[in-house]
Amino acid sequence: MDRLLFGDNQFFGVNHMSEEKARAQMMRFQDIDAVIEVLDNAYDEGIKTFMCTTHDRIGQVCDHMRADPARYKDFTFFPGMPYAHKYANAVTEDGMLGALKRFLPDEGLMNAVVRGGMSLAKKDIEGITTLLVDAEMKMFTGLRTPVVFLMNVVVDLLLGLKFHDAFRIFAEHVKKRYGAEPGFFTMNMPMLVKTLEEVGIENPIVCANINKIGFRMCGGREAYERTLREHKFRAIAMSVYASGAIAPREAIEWVCAQPNIESIVFGASSRANIRSTKMLVDQYWRT
Amino acid sequence: MLRVAVVGLGKMGLSHHAMINAHPRVKVEAICDATGYVLDVLNKYTGVRTYKDFDAMLREVPLDAVIVATPSSTHADMVLKALEKGLHVFCEKPFCLTSRDGAALADLAREKALVNQVGYHNRFVGAFQEVKRLLDARAIGTVTHVLAEAYGPVVLKPKGSTWRTQSSEGGGCLYDYAAHPINLVNWYFGAPVGVGGAVLNRVFSRDTDDEVFATLYYDSGRSAQLSVNWSDESYRKMTTKITIWGSEGRIFADRQECQTYLRDTAPVPAGYKAGWNVRYTTDLTEPVWFYVRGEEYSAQLEYFVRAIEEKRVVDNVNSFDTALMTDRVIEMIITDAASGPSQKSGDAAAVPAKAKRGFFSLGR
Repeated sequence: MDRLLFGDNQFFGVNHMSEEKARAQMMRFQDIDAVIEVLDNAYDEGIKTFMCTTHDRIGQVCDHMRADPARYKDFTFFPGMPYAHKYANAVTEDGMLGALKRFLPDEGLMNAVVRGGMSLAKKDIEGITTLLVDAEMKMFTGLRTPVVFLMNVVVDLLLGLKFHDAFRIFAEHVKKRYGAEPGFFTMNMPMLVKTLEEVGIENPIVCANINKIGFRMCGGREAYERTLREHKFRAIAMSVYASGAIAPREAIEWVCAQPNIESIVFGASSRANIRSTKMLVDQYWRT
Repeated sequence: MLRVAVVGLGKMGLSHHAMINAHPRVKVEAICDATGYVLDVLNKYTGVRTYKDFDAMLREVPLDAVIVATPSSTHADMVLKALEKGLHVFCEKPFCLTSRDGAALADLAREKALVNQVGYHNRFVGAFQEVKRLLDARAIGTVTHVLAEAYGPVVLKPKGSTWRTQSSEGGGCLYDYAAHPINLVNWYFGAPVGVGGAVLNRVFSRDTDDEVFATLYYDSGRSAQLSVNWSDESYRKMTTKITIWGSEGRIFADRQECQTYLRDTAPVPAGYKAGWNVRYTTDLTEPVWFYVRGEEYSAQLEYFVRAIEEKRVVDNVNSFDTALMTDRVIEMIITDAASGPSQKSGDAAAVPAKAKRGFFSLGR
């Protein structure tokens, strides 16, 4: 994995500090060209991995990258699924099962129908999970996706429910079908890492908030530091600026001093900010 | 260990189950839902004991508390049975569909000294708690008006077939969305003396409302305006916001931040200054033991657990009594909306008192 990964929150109006700022970003990135421009900036600054959700609009980014393989030779996607809000709103409209049916592939593939229908009837979560993953992965066909992530809203729900088989099913499917490493977003890193060890997922990629002020680090900063020191997993730090609550230099200096962090994911909307994050990371992370 | 059952495994119930199941001092003894599907899957993969029949569960499983997250129309009956069984109850919002049911349950819980709480999670959001602290400190002087809003993209086309789209089941924008800003206004200012100008309008739904507007009247001329719409696609997810005007300043808050303007005549609280003050969720949010979908959801369950452990049954945040206040406002809105406008075009206007105005005021 690259040292620095580029996130997509800024493109979809996800801002943990301010709704106004989030809306301004949504307006700015309404046109996919504005998104591509920022991605180009990041790419040209040497940040070649885009960690993104499976928001419908990412499909347009995928199309753009597919259309110019020479320009984007090294461009790499780390997709994270599912984009939860589309499911959550569907559940309110259609109920749990209705929503599930709505998102299963409906293109008439016998395989999908059998896999999905049978799985639903047998309450076999394996078939349903793999179908949903496949539905979300469709937009990345032909592109590099060496790591595929499960979003924290699902990871942490499963973790709380102690629905541990689902982690194994996801991991195996992603490896087998896409030749990819499984990744897990979480807001409960110490608990998740322990659980993944118990389930037998070796050296998993785990992306969690890791920041100096302990924002959204459940279990506390000390437990995070201990987990980083004592467990074998590949950590990606997100929310290192805690949505802007920590000054950039201070934030990066602290994160780079933590043991065993493999990558940092960050979001930015301007080339200047991309460059300054990159410079800070180059300065403080020199191993 | 506190022995808990989760009843109703929809969107809310499932996340309550996940959070409480991860709580170090709680054991989820059973889960209960009317439809077997989710139960069977959870039983198959997590081994949790499951019931389709609530009464059988109460009979067979020794419990200390239940979390009720079933469709709203079933709350009253289930909460009653749980209280009669001597269980502490956490119930999802809205509490009950009639204030008569709600009042009886609040009385029963008090009489039996059982912890009772309703899931108005906004009272556990750091920014909304900051508003409460500012108001208690009278930071913006005498409050005159409140704008309480909630918008989001739930019903965006003319379909939908769940209980949430049936007003008779406690669905619809009023019960689902508007209950939240109403509850915040109740928290900050108590029960209104009345409701007027209520509008329950449909945008897409057949059987329920998608828009809610109303004025809540308070004493001394104070008022609150409610503006709620769950068919607004311009919002990525549900957004609840509160704006409060006072003689010494103004407060705006949503889940992410609390912006306060204080005049230099205001009694400025510690840590604040005259002019603009912004507090973000990153400063205002207390850590929780487990996170699924927002600290406030974990925090309210932790509060419930602690209240039981510490045998704290009076004056709880989100007690049945406070949720009942919100149910009453909802009832008033329904009644007022049904009666239509209080003044109709063509009605004889009341004769205005004779104004002794000078020439220069005519142009206004």
